[in-house]
Amino acid sequence: MPILVNDRPVFVPDDARVSLLDLLRDRLELFGTKKGCNQGACGACTVLLDGERVLSCLTLAAQCEGRAVVTVEGLAADGALHPLQQAFIDHDGFQCGYCTPGQICSAIGMAAEAARGMPSVVTADLEATDILLDRDELRERMSGNLCRCGAHNGIIDAIGEVFRGPESAGGAPR
Amino acid sequence: MNPVSYVRAADAGAAVAMGAAAGTRYLGGGTNLVDLMRENVEAPSSLVDVCGLSAAIEDTPEGGLLIGGAARNSALAGHPAVRARFPLLSRAILAGASGQIRNMATVGGNILQRTRCTYFYDDAARCNKRAPGAGCDAIDGFNRIHAILGASSACVATHPSDMCVALAALDAEVMLSGPEGERRLPFEAVHRLPDGQPDRDTTLLPGELITAVRLPPLAAARRSAYRKVRDRASYAFALVSLAAAVELDAAGRLAEVRLALGGVAHKPWRARAAEAVLRGQVPDEIRLKEAAAAELAQASPLRDNGFKLVMVERLIVAVLSDLVAGNAGAAA
Ligand SMILES: Cc1cc2nc3c(=O)[nH]c(=O)nc-3n(C[C@H](O)[C@H](O)[C@H](O)COP(=O)(O)OP(=O)(O)OC[C@H]3O[C@@H](n4cnc5c(N)ncnc54)[C@H](O)[C@@H]3O)c2cc1C
Ligand code: FES
Ligand code: FES
Repeated sequence: MPILVNDRPVFVPDDARVSLLDLLRDRLELFGTKKGCNQGACGACTVLLDGERVLSCLTLAAQCEGRAVVTVEGLAADGALHPLQQAFIDHDGFQCGYCTPGQICSAIGMAAEAARGMPSVVTADLEATDILLDRDELRERMSGNLCRCGAHNGIIDAIGEVFRGPESAGGAPR
Repeated sequence: MNPVSYVRAADAGAAVAMGAAAGTRYLGGGTNLVDLMRENVEAPSSLVDVCGLSAAIEDTPEGGLLIGGAARNSALAGHPAVRARFPLLSRAILAGASGQIRNMATVGGNILQRTRCTYFYDDAARCNKRAPGAGCDAIDGFNRIHAILGASSACVATHPSDMCVALAALDAEVMLSGPEGERRLPFEAVHRLPDGQPDRDTTLLPGELITAVRLPPLAAARRSAYRKVRDRASYAFALVSLAAAVELDAAGRLAEVRLALGGVAHKPWRARAAEAVLRGQVPDEIRLKEAAAAELAQASPLRDNGFKLVMVERLIVAVLSDLVAGNAGAAA
């Protein structure tokens, strides 16, 4: 069975050592997904696997057989940016842009987790099913994505605008 | 990385039939094993993917939970029964790693993850855990993150898991299936102290598979917390952590108390000496400090990690005071 990458069937490489990240970049030439640390520590390689955010550097391509992968290249529909991509531009959610694809894929997975009531370690009431994605929640939930340029405030503003409405943006020191 | 073969196990029987062969390792989310293969610390020749085995989280007739070994860390932390009845377990898992890693990591893999000792990771350093008999560069090296309890002259590494600290406090049981058949182990008997054989993290036999974890019912778990002290607010391993659960009687005495520490030893450290001081007592500050002192009586700090003793005492005082006052702490 193939792997579906952005809706396109792709064969699983013969060499079981090939990570999903190397499959995407080296063999499929999908350069959006970035290799920051190759050891799970930075989040630059984040993609969506069956809708869940995962690190493609620590996922073997073989583990994805029969599953669906969405990378940053798969987000824009018919050339129109995903609303979160536009929000990153509007809020200066990047400087060099290296962490950005991972930030965006991670945020999309994060928002789906929150929507189904997944708590975080800063959620006061563990049993609450309505999660309010305030800045503290967003900072904690996005802590697996580092930004060397320090664009975190813009990143949180952009994510807050798309997933919590415009009133959430701003308010933090720049 | 050495060449490796990969196969998905259809069920536990098939996994165990393959897992007994030399050089074979079970693969969960891969978040630890793939990393260590890349660092040349682990070099299996075949991987048996066990992510397709039971990931169910079910009530047991006694009122506890049975958790499949392939359950993802995020699924366990987010499960309504865990959030309601075992909040310290939810909080411990949520305090660990990142959202992405918790989505990948399995319960079995979390239990069997290896130490984050920097000398273990660096294959140019001497490490008895990685290469038995080589020596230990941590004992006289930079050992701020290392053990203060139960270490040996061969190894001062700590077990890095947050989830396991909660499981130790909860008296969990681990269900195993291996070439010799099935057995269950009390959680505290899974991980071992290093003594002269630090290459062995656990008491599991070669080829044994973790099929499930069983949580017995525990009323005290409803009043429980997990607090983690680390170098940054998120996405960092614990320097020291504490899982605690309490039940008070009408006079404010501790009818039940469960305490386990992370970041202090080669295994998740059930703090039985501290529990013994506290059981049946009113947990005021003096008594709490006495409990911490009892637990730390055998502690032997290294050059850089004496601060962990202070942290253990402060954690015990702060977390138990909060729990008794009714503030089940969200603070991690
Ligand atoms: C950057 C980073 C930060 C992290 N921070 C934290 C943290 O703060 N707190 C924390 O607790 N953890 C942390 N972790 C560790 C993480 O929790 C573990 O890597 C994860 O839980 C391992 O689970 P896995 O399923 O991916 O295991 P794998 O990597 O697949 O396997 C780990 C080991 O378990 C064995 N194994 C797997 N499943 C079974 C089974 N069913 N039966 C028998 N053997 C099995 C494998 O053979 C291997 O030896 C971090 C990891 C990274 C990369
Ligand atoms: S490249 Fe995957 S986490 Fe850094
Ligand atoms: S924009 Fe440069 S690393 Fe984030």
